[in-house]
Amino acid sequence: MHVLDGYSKEFLTEREMNFCIGDTVDVVVRITEGEKERKQTFSGTVIATKGSGLNLMFTVRRIVQGEGVERVFPLHSPKIDQIAVKRRGLVRRAKLYYLRDRVGKAVRVKEKIWSKDKEKKRAAKKS
Amino acid sequence: MISGILGKKVGMTQIFVDDRCIPVTVIQAGPCKVLQTKTEEKDGYNAIQLGFEDKREKVSTKSEIGHAKKAESAPQRFVKEIAWDGKDENEAKPGTVVTVGALSNFKFLDIVGTTKGKGFQGVVKRHGFSGGKGSHGQSSQMRRPGSIGQSAHPARVFKGMRMAGQMGNSQCTQRNVRIVKIDEENGLISVRGAVPGHNGSFLLLKRSLTDR
Repeated sequence: MHVLDGYSKEFLTEREMNFCIGDTVDVVVRITEGEKERKQTFSGTVIATKGSGLNLMFTVRRIVQGEGVERVFPLHSPKIDQIAVKRRGLVRRAKLYYLRDRVGKAVRVKEKIWSKDKEKKRAAKKS
Repeated sequence: MISGILGKKVGMTQIFVDDRCIPVTVIQAGPCKVLQTKTEEKDGYNAIQLGFEDKREKVSTKSEIGHAKKAESAPQRFVKEIAWDGKDENEAKPGTVVTVGALSNFKFLDIVGTTKGKGFQGVVKRHGFSGGKGSHGQSSQMRRPGSIGQSAHPARVFKGMRMAGQMGNSQCTQRNVRIVKIDEENGLISVRGAVPGHNGSFLLLKRSLTDR
C-alpha cells in the first residue's frame, strides 16, 4: 500500500458510494450559521465522479427555476449528513456532461428497472 | 534542543480538519542519525550534522564510509547540518537517532528543497515577461524580451539583466509552512500547502524563523 493511502485512511468516513452515474440523489448537507446548525437537501442527478479514495468527488446537477445548478461534493466530507438514492438511472456514459446542453424534457434520464431476480442478486451481493 | 530534521516528500493530498478541506503535503521525516556534533570550542559554533537514509557501501566513497563509522552508522544518502543550542549533549551525541517527534513543539517550519527542473526557458516563463503583441504587424516578436538596454551610454548590458536560461532545479526555501499533523508511529509529518521538489526528493525541515 502506498504511504499516502495509509495516511488518508483515518480521514475516510464509513460512507460508501451507494449510487451510480445517472442516479437521482438527495444529498443532505449540514450548514452552520453562527451557532446554529441546520440541514439542507440538494437533490439532482449525479453526472460525474472524479478521483478516488479520500479525494473522490461527485457532481450533482439539477434545474432550479429553469437555470442549471451543479454542486460538487467530496464523498468523504464531514459536512455531508447522508446521501439517499431516489431513483436509479439508465445511462451508457461515465460523464453525463451532455445534459448541460439540454433543456426541458430532454434533461430526463431513463429509469433503470431490474427484474425481481436481479434485484435479489444485488441485495445478496451487498450483504 | 534539536531544531530540525531531514525528510523526503511523499506527495500531496487533501484532508478534512474542522469540517474544512485543506491541502497537505505528506513528508517522511526521519529517522535521522546524528553523524557529527559541532561545538563552540572546537568548531566555533554549535550544530549537529544529520544523515538520512542508509546507502550501500558499494556506492559510497571511502571518506563517506569513514565519516559515518565514527557515528557507528552506515553511510547516509542525504547529509545536512542543522542548528543546535549546545545545551543537552545527550541528544546530540553521534549515533543518536532523531525522529519526527523532535518537531512536536513547533508550529511553523521552513522547508528547504530543490525545485523541479524546468530546463532552459525563455523570459516569458522564467521571469514573467509579457512578450510582444499578437497582432498589429508583429512578426517573430511574440515571446522575445525586447530591449535589454540603451545605446552609447552605458554601451554595455547591466549585470543581472533578466534573460533566458536554466529554470528550476535550484535550492528553494518555503518559509512559514504550518504543521498540520505529526504521526510519530509512521514517522510522517503533514504540512499545509506545497513544498519545493518532486515526490521522493529530499527536504530539510527546520523550525521557522518566525516561530519563536
